[in-house]
Formats: sequence, C-alpha cells, structure tokens
Amino acid sequence: MPNFYTDNDDIRFLFKHFDLGALARLCEEDFKFASQFDYAPADAGEAIRNYEMVLDSIGQLSGDFIAPRAESVDRQGSTLNADGSVSYADGIAESLDKLAKAEVTGFTLPYRFGGINFPNLVYSMAIEIVSRADASLMNIFGLQGIGETINAFASEEIKQRYLHDFAAGKVTGAMVLTEPDAGSDLQAVKLRAFQDNAGNWFLHGVKRFITNGCGEVLLVLARSEPDRSGGLGLSLFVCDRGPTVHIRRLEDKLGIHGSPTCEIFFDNTPCQLVGERQRGLVTYVMALMNGARIGIAGQSLGIGEAAYRVARDYASSRKQFGVAIEKLPAVRDLLIDMKISLEAGRALLYETSRVVDLNIVYQKQLELNPPADKEQLKPIKEQARRLDRLASMLTPMSKYFCSEMANRVAYDSIQVLGGSGYMRDYAVERHARDARITTIYEGTSQLQIVAAVRGVCSGTAEKYLTELEQQNYDPGLEDLLAKLAEGTKQLKHAVTFVKHHGTEYMDLYGRHLVDIAIDLIVGYLFCDYASSKVEMDVPVDGEAGESKEQTMPMKKRKAMVARRFITKNAIKNDALIQLICSGDKSSFADFGVLIGPVPVE
Amino acid sequence: MAYNCVVLVKQVPDTKRITGKAMNDDGTVNRAALPAIFNPEDLNALEMALDIKDRFGGTVTVITMGLPAAVTTLKDALYRGADEAILVTDARCAASDTLATSYILSCAVKRIKYDIVLCGRQAIDGDTAQVGPQLAEKLQVPQITYVEKPVEIKGRTITVQRNAGNGWQKVKAQLPVLLTVTSEANVPRVAAAKKMMKYKAAMTPAGVEQKIKAENSHASADEVKELAVQKCSEMDKKGLLIEQWNLDFLKADLTWCGRSGSPTKVHRIQSVVLASKETKSVEPTDEGLSGMIHELLEDKIIA
Repeated sequence: MPNFYTDNDDIRFLFKHFDLGALARLCEEDFKFASQFDYAPADAGEAIRNYEMVLDSIGQLSGDFIAPRAESVDRQGSTLNADGSVSYADGIAESLDKLAKAEVTGFTLPYRFGGINFPNLVYSMAIEIVSRADASLMNIFGLQGIGETINAFASEEIKQRYLHDFAAGKVTGAMVLTEPDAGSDLQAVKLRAFQDNAGNWFLHGVKRFITNGCGEVLLVLARSEPDRSGGLGLSLFVCDRGPTVHIRRLEDKLGIHGSPTCEIFFDNTPCQLVGERQRGLVTYVMALMNGARIGIAGQSLGIGEAAYRVARDYASSRKQFGVAIEKLPAVRDLLIDMKISLEAGRALLYETSRVVDLNIVYQKQLELNPPADKEQLKPIKEQARRLDRLASMLTPMSKYFCSEMANRVAYDSIQVLGGSGYMRDYAVERHARDARITTIYEGTSQLQIVAAVRGVCSGTAEKYLTELEQQNYDPGLEDLLAKLAEGTKQLKHAVTFVKHHGTEYMDLYGRHLVDIAIDLIVGYLFCDYASSKVEMDVPVDGEAGESKEQTMPMKKRKAMVARRFITKNAIKNDALIQLICSGDKSSFADFGVLIGPVPVE
Repeated sequence: MAYNCVVLVKQVPDTKRITGKAMNDDGTVNRAALPAIFNPEDLNALEMALDIKDRFGGTVTVITMGLPAAVTTLKDALYRGADEAILVTDARCAASDTLATSYILSCAVKRIKYDIVLCGRQAIDGDTAQVGPQLAEKLQVPQITYVEKPVEIKGRTITVQRNAGNGWQKVKAQLPVLLTVTSEANVPRVAAAKKMMKYKAAMTPAGVEQKIKAENSHASADEVKELAVQKCSEMDKKGLLIEQWNLDFLKADLTWCGRSGSPTKVHRIQSVVLASKETKSVEPTDEGLSGMIHELLEDKIIA
C-alpha cells in the first residue's frame, strides 16, 4: 500500500514551501527544550526533520494499516454493550493502539507532559493524512484539542492528572457541549453544575450528539450559575468516565460509523472546574471549537482526497464510447475542478494553521513574559491583535470552504463512477456519507459564514489581501495579480454596499461575500506557490498536458493551476458582486408569499 | 515476569522493486539499483518481541550482521521500540553463507542474557529460512519455526501456534527458546515519534569517526581518534551510541567465518528479465473461465 504522506505531491511541496524552520524556532522557544528533553530538537534543521519523519510514519500507518480497515469499520460501527460500555469497531480499536504506539497522541502538547510540541500546521497535515485513510478515526485522533484546552486553561493539578495519559495514548476524550435544545446555540445549555457544602462540583443532566462520549476524559460545558441565563452562566468542567456517567444510546447515523456518537446522562457526576467560572463558553469553548474547526477542515480535505483518487483512477480505466471516460469533456472538467478545489482547500487550511500557530506564540508571549519596556511591548501587542483577528476570520473560512468542498468532491466522485459509484463496491459512497457531517458539526457552514463575514466586512480581509498583494511574486503572473487586485477592489465596493444595508442584509449575502474573499485569498496563495523557491519536479500526465513532458517543476504547475483558478473565478465573482449589490431583499419582504404556509398533513 | 528478547534482523535489497538492472553482469545483486529495506519478516519478529515486552516487561535487543550501512536498519528498530541495537560488522564476515552467518550470530547472541531469540522466517534476498534454525542448533536451545500468532507465556513455559503447512500446530516449550516468525503473526507497528526524534542521531563508533573525519579534513589521524572517543562517550551518555562488534571481540573462530566457513557453492545464477508485458482479456463466461484455468494448468502456473 502507498504511504499517504509520500504519495501526496501537494502536501510534500507545501511542507517544503512553508518556512517551517522559522515556525519551529517560535514553537520551540529558540530550541530551549533540547537541554531538558532528549527528543526535543536543538535547531531548525532537526525540527524540520522531526516533522517530516513523523508525517512519513503516519503516512505509512495510514496507507498500510488504517485504510484497509476503513470499509469494515464502516460496516461494523460501534456497539453499546448491555453493561453501558461502548466497543469501537475492531479496526478503530486496532488503529488507536497503533497510533498510541506511534507516539502521535500528544501532537501539540508540551514536552513536559510527554507531547511532541509540533505546530498546528503539521498537525493539520497529519489529520488530513489519517482522515484520507478513515474519516471516522480522525474524530478520535483529531480530538487532541481537548488536551490542548486543558493545557491552555486548567490548573497545574488537572494538567498533571490528565495530560500525561493523553500524550501516552492511554485515554481519549470528548467535548461534551451539545444538548437536545442547545446545538448551534450553546448559550442555551442547561446541564446543571452544582457544589456540595465542601465546595466539590457535580454535574447533572443530559448531553446529546457527543462524539466519542465514551472517552475516558470528558470536558463538559454546564450551567454553574443557575440564576444567570446565556453564555455567562456557563463554566467548563472536566470529569472521568466513572459509574455516574451513563451512555444511554448511540446514534444510528449516515456516516463516520467508526466514531461513536453518544447520548450521556450525568447522574451527579463528580468533576473539577477548568479555569474560572463563567468563562466556560465565552473563552474556553470558543478556543476549543476554533481548534476543532481546523481539525474538521483537515478531515474534510482527507475525505475529499480519498474520493478524488478513486474517481481519478476510475476515469482513466473505464471505457465508454470506445475511450477512457477521462477523455470526455464533461468528465475532464469535473476531475480538474475536483483536483484544484482540493489544492485550494489545502492552501487555505495550511495558511490558517500557520496563522493560528503564530497567534498562539504571540498570545503566549504576551501572557507569560511580556517585555517590560512599553516601546517593545507595543509592536508585539499590535501583531498579536492582527494575528488574532486574522485567525478568527481564516478559521471559519477554512472549515466552511473545506467541508463544502469535500462534499462536492465526494458527490462528484460518485458521479464519475456512475452506477458503480452508487454501489457499495467502491469507497466513494462511503466518502460521500462521511463528508456529509463536516458541514454540520463544530458549527454549520451557515454559522461559519456568520463568523467569517464579520472579518470580511470589518476590514480584516481587506488588510490581509493588501498584505498579500504587496508580496513579491515571480514574473509572468502580473495579469493574474491584476485580476486579484481588481477583485479586491470590487469586494471592498460590495462590503460598503452591504454595510449600508444593515446586519440582516450582510448575513443574507454573507455566503457570497465570504466566497469571493476566499477565492481572492487562495488566488494569492496559488501565486505565492507559483513563485516558490522550492525545486521539486512532479509527474504530469504527458498525454493530457500541453507538452509531452513526464515531469514538471511544481511551481510551474502551480502557475497553471493559479491561471485557471483565478481566471474562472474572476468571471464568476463579477456576477456575484452584481448579485450582492442588487439590493434584493425578497427573502425578508416576500418570505411568506414565496414559501407559502407550512403544509398541513 | 519479565523476559529478555533478542531479535536478529537483516538489511536486504527490496526485491519487490526488481528492475532490469537488479543484477550485475557477474550474477551478483546490484545493490545500488535496489533500495535497502528492513527484511519484512524480521519486522514481524521485532513486533513479536515488542509485544512480549509490552505485556510482560523485559528488554528487546536487536542484532544485525552486515555492512556499516546496516545501521539504518538498527535505527529503524530503535524507532519502533527496541532498547538496544548491536551491529556485527567485519570485513572477514564477507561471503558468509547461512552456516557461517549463524555461527557468527551465535557468538554474538551468547554474549547477551536472553530468554527468547526471535528471527524472521526468512530473508527476501536469499529465501533460505536456514539461519534461524541453524542458530538455534548452535545456541543449543529448542526452536519453533513458522510462528503465526502472538505467543502465550506462563513462567518459563511458552505456547505458540506454528504454521504446519496444511494446518497449524500448538507447541509448548521451556525457555530459552528460538522462534522464527511469519508475516501472519502480527502487523508491525510504525516508527514512534519521540523515539525517532531521539534516535535519529544514533551512530556506531565507526560512524562517529567517519563523520568527524569528514568535518575536520585537516585533522591528523590521532586528533580524529581523540575527538571520536570524546564524541562517543558523549553519545553513549545520551544513549545514542550503537554498539559495534567485530569478530575479534566475539572471539570467533575465523575458519568458521566468511568464505572459509561457507560450504555453499553457487552453481549458476541466471538473470531472468521479463522483457515485455502481455495482457489478455477473458470473457466472464463459464467457457472463458475454464479456458483460462486450463491454460494456467498447462503452463504449470497452478497445479
């Protein structure tokens, strides 16, 4: 079986393209950990080698071990046993054991807890690789944000109690947030947290739709201030899965069958407060969910990549009308769009992860050792604010774009395979089912847009696009850069128009605004890749390209990708701008007429 | 109860990637054309040892006999969880057949306190499956070959299931014992993150000396030696020095080593290069299938 890292030219190219050495220096705090931990890197070169070796190892495990089990995992699913325990599908249990032995369950945790302190950028790559093998396994592998949240906000005592076990792969966790009446609207959470006379905390109530709710360590959002409604009445707690935690049912669902989705009843469960009271939702869960959103974007990419590869292979070998179907114009276009949208998603997600990493570094510096000198402090504070705003915009953009993209790619993969794709003989139907949840959980696409459009309309996007515009690019891309600059101008115009028409109008057309902003950002990123210093030849299908070459420098290929992506989107975005600036408010004004009354049964 | 395992591993050319250039004109293997890999079934033997360590405690020591480049294989074993790695290397080992190899390896294993010796069933380059059994004879311990399931151990009694060709046998033996392991026995774990991060810098003393020589081109031989000793002791403290044993250290009888210890004579080697590919479509009908079966029987591809 192939190695899912080494067989992916795009990931390998981006791995080389990013300045991982600079990122490593920041994450490793000038490599100060090397003196305390025998496996911590002493310099940038060593750190980069570490990243690559670990990705290689995960790629091998994913290709050789995890992927061949995915089909049976999907068929078998999880089981709720009579004694209330939950059994994973065999393949999931086996893969979790292998992942623990591969020492990759403390990916971003500090060395002092046994983690490997890798940046989120590399974690995103790993999540994509694992998800390509089995999307449902990612729901457990990708829940490392739970340990991360404990590390960021909990007391030292709680950290010591849980983080070593997370890093050693001895426990898994769950983010226990959703309730029957609190889904997208977490402010409505009701689960009660109360104290006894000695001040010990307990949890009582029901949670629903909890991914891996059978995990050993549960982070629970609960109402600690009974008199206070809304988000400020909520705190975050951590508890063990003991005898007072009852799994009442496992959901029977469309996809990701290997990931158990639990309904949990907490019957006066002892727990500990994480951080401070009342900051549960507003600070901690927001941070937790931002990390999780990046994880879902990575999961989406992995599913899309897996589905695309089946379609690509099938289209080259399936013959109809005397030719391989990849020769048919409609199929050809489908395949190219799938491939380029995957690369677009990867570009956006990796850039987001990089910004998130930098943001974490800056926030940590401000919190732990801010410079005493005010003159020195000011630029750091400014940079931290800029990164925070950028991360808050790019994170929902990535989650939205990648999850929608994965659904489209998986859906189109079935289309390429035709009737065969609809059958269970091929994996694409599974990929389509697995992809479906990604636009829903960790915040629906609609909510991601609400979050992202604030960034687009508040000037963050404009500032960022201007920064991208001012970078140096290789000659030969001028016409594309001009199109992007023109697009930025148009976007600014649309934003002004929308702001003039109020928040409701902004949310109505938010999707289009966000789509345009993403297209422009990715366009610049593609131009950046086309100007890369990385020399890497990639195979091309000599028959299909303009020349008969069998390999081509990746940057040259990326220039061609950029050309198609930017040119086509410029035309599409022209139309979208017109739509946004049409002033059409029929969705509000004529709703009742256009949609009619609720049908009576 | 903890058990000490010794695993014998071999670096082999990746025979799955055979191309036309895989063989030199003189009939020897063209090692430059084939990537060197960890012999696949040796990985199963290593996994079995690591599983024993996970379940019962103890240590896993990995030994390889080969060229200095075989250190890559040892490092790979460290990445997966071996505690110690030993390279047996000596120019006088060259041209050893299975008899000489098993003799040299027995000299090495005897220097270590062990309960269980594990070997892969066979190496993909020679495919003899002889070294494991011969080694057991020389160590004078019982051997159980073709182990195909994880083992059970109680006290000093080991129970294993072995492939018996047409079925399987369950065999009990007293420790110490030598096992040869098949690819059915387990799925090897991959290299572990923290172990890779640590052991990627591991080297043998010879490797250290070579590196110092390359970095200090103007230094005299004595200076290089001195620097090397210093560096080796530093690396040893960090657990990064891979032991390196030669035949003198093993006190091996040289007449049993290398060419003089190898009675095997290669009669003839033929380089078979498949020059062209041929495909054939078979109709998915009863006639089509029986025709194909008939053809395969005639060509003695199936019997």
